[in-house]
Amino acid sequence: MYYRRTVSDAQINRELLDNVLNTNVRWVVLAAICGLLVAVAVSAAGFLVNQGLGVTGLNRPVFWGFFITNFIFWVGISHAGVMISAILRLSQAEWRRPMVRAAETMTVFALMTSLMMPIIHAGRPWRIFYWVLPYDFARGIWPDVRSPLVWDPTAITTYLTSSMLFVFTALIPDFAVIRDRSTGWRHVVYGALAMGWHGNPRQWKLQGIAGVLLSALILPVFVSVHSIVSWDFGVSLVPSWHVTVFAPYFVVGAVLSGVSAVVTLMIVMRRLFHLENYIWEEHIDGLARLLVVVALGWHFLFWLELVFALWLLEDQEITVWMLRLFEPPWSWFFATFYLCSFVIPVPLWMFRRVRRSFQMMLITSLLVNVGMFFERLIIIVPALMRKGPFTFQYGTYRPSIVEVTIVAGTFFLVGFLMLMFSKFFPLIPIWEMKEGQRLVDNVQVGRVSVPALVKE
Amino acid sequence: MANTKLLGLFQDPQEAADAITALREDGFPHEDMDVYSGSPFPEGTFGEYEAAHRLYVFPLVGALVGFAIGLLITAGTQISYPLVTGGKPILSIPPMTVIMYEMTMLSAIIFTVLGILFESRLPKARLGLYDARITEGYIGIIVACPQERAEAADGVLRRVGAEDVKREGQ
Repeated sequence: MYYRRTVSDAQINRELLDNVLNTNVRWVVLAAICGLLVAVAVSAAGFLVNQGLGVTGLNRPVFWGFFITNFIFWVGISHAGVMISAILRLSQAEWRRPMVRAAETMTVFALMTSLMMPIIHAGRPWRIFYWVLPYDFARGIWPDVRSPLVWDPTAITTYLTSSMLFVFTALIPDFAVIRDRSTGWRHVVYGALAMGWHGNPRQWKLQGIAGVLLSALILPVFVSVHSIVSWDFGVSLVPSWHVTVFAPYFVVGAVLSGVSAVVTLMIVMRRLFHLENYIWEEHIDGLARLLVVVALGWHFLFWLELVFALWLLEDQEITVWMLRLFEPPWSWFFATFYLCSFVIPVPLWMFRRVRRSFQMMLITSLLVNVGMFFERLIIIVPALMRKGPFTFQYGTYRPSIVEVTIVAGTFFLVGFLMLMFSKFFPLIPIWEMKEGQRLVDNVQVGRVSVPALVKE
Repeated sequence: MANTKLLGLFQDPQEAADAITALREDGFPHEDMDVYSGSPFPEGTFGEYEAAHRLYVFPLVGALVGFAIGLLITAGTQISYPLVTGGKPILSIPPMTVIMYEMTMLSAIIFTVLGILFESRLPKARLGLYDARITEGYIGIIVACPQERAEAADGVLRRVGAEDVKREGQ
């Protein structure tokens, strides 16, 4: 039965600020583990910078490997936050309330992580600034705006800045809540962040408009970002990359992996911070229904890419697809990707019991992202390692331990940053939850009490 | 001339709305009153005075500024170092639009956030008359009035059900 929990404003403050105002042992243990593993990855990155790209598995002709795969993976994850937040805000979906902040925050941290990957991949990170920033006034040599490698940082910086502002704007009323319940230096810091917020009708009205207006402005940026990332591939002449369907294919794929990541995050948050009063089965059910639609759209675009490539009967296209489909280990990766991203989870999501099971949704959402990582890997590497005309050196790519350590470290980095955020700010918007409580009621129909939503 | 402020704290939104009505009936001007709450209420819940805002101008101005910056960066950098690559024109419009688009959107969003802060009258140097119970669910009714009318305002607030009334400086 569909039901709602009624919680008072004071209870919402107490429960959602528990981790901010008190120290949770589980939080400390998790933060310490993630921090330690991030330190290991930072050491590996330092080793790479010191020794050069020779310590990676990159070699002719495969110069894009794990780092670029991971870059696309995290850009993809970042697409969930704003997509979920913006679309659900614009459509005034009530069930958005507990998930928007966490999803938006994950966008910010995933983007920061993704932005690090090409910088590490450059081997000499400081030199990358010559290629992307128009600052070299002395020499008068500017970045080539015709290069997609300049479009990328422009788009990601725009998306990152926008997402941070989006998160910050919605946090202002919650800063005031923390200001009112803290003392000492915390009171001073949160008071400064709240900027003198009182919560008068004008401020609340503008806060409501801000959510809608910023959502409407960020949505086109969100679509452009992964389109531009796809053009890193699409505007090249590499067979199997040079396809027009790449932009929508990347965007929808990003939404699939991103929404799955939000499901994972919500379930972990619920468990870690005891948010049972705020994250319910129906929220996960709603996200699972969204995932079914997105997965089917993504699957359609995936088959379009495959069919268009084979329809041409061009040797180079077929060579790449033969590698992907029949040449181990790529064929294993392909099978893993296809099973994990689509074949296993989507039929399961058709069942209400699965959609409302936190355990099953945790497993299936993780599976999707395992699959999507392999998807990005098999898009990149086989296309570069194929044997073609005028290719005198070809072969496979095997990531080195340094690459694996750095890439694994990025997962702990995002986890660590999310944990740090949760220590200083509420992961569920307090004022939105209070507003949501005010607008619901139960209507007695015969013998059942039906939850009803009251809106202006 | 308003020279002191009172804050009445209510638990019930209906009582807070009644307080605004009672204060108006007692001759306190609408624009000298304000309502503080810990979460948004539907517009007009308290019959409060509402001044117009111009938030929608900010993203438009921002977009124009961003477009101009994007054009300057893309066209300016290429013209200042006119190196022909691959036989392509120096000012290649399609790739320029990518950066111009991003700059337009970025600037529109930054201006929107600045607009939200400006129209919300933030940041404020001082919090002023306020009570932490507001973020606990209480509704605060602020009334600004001359010193000699403070007692009358206090009486009205208490009569309609204020649990507590605070005065500026207390």
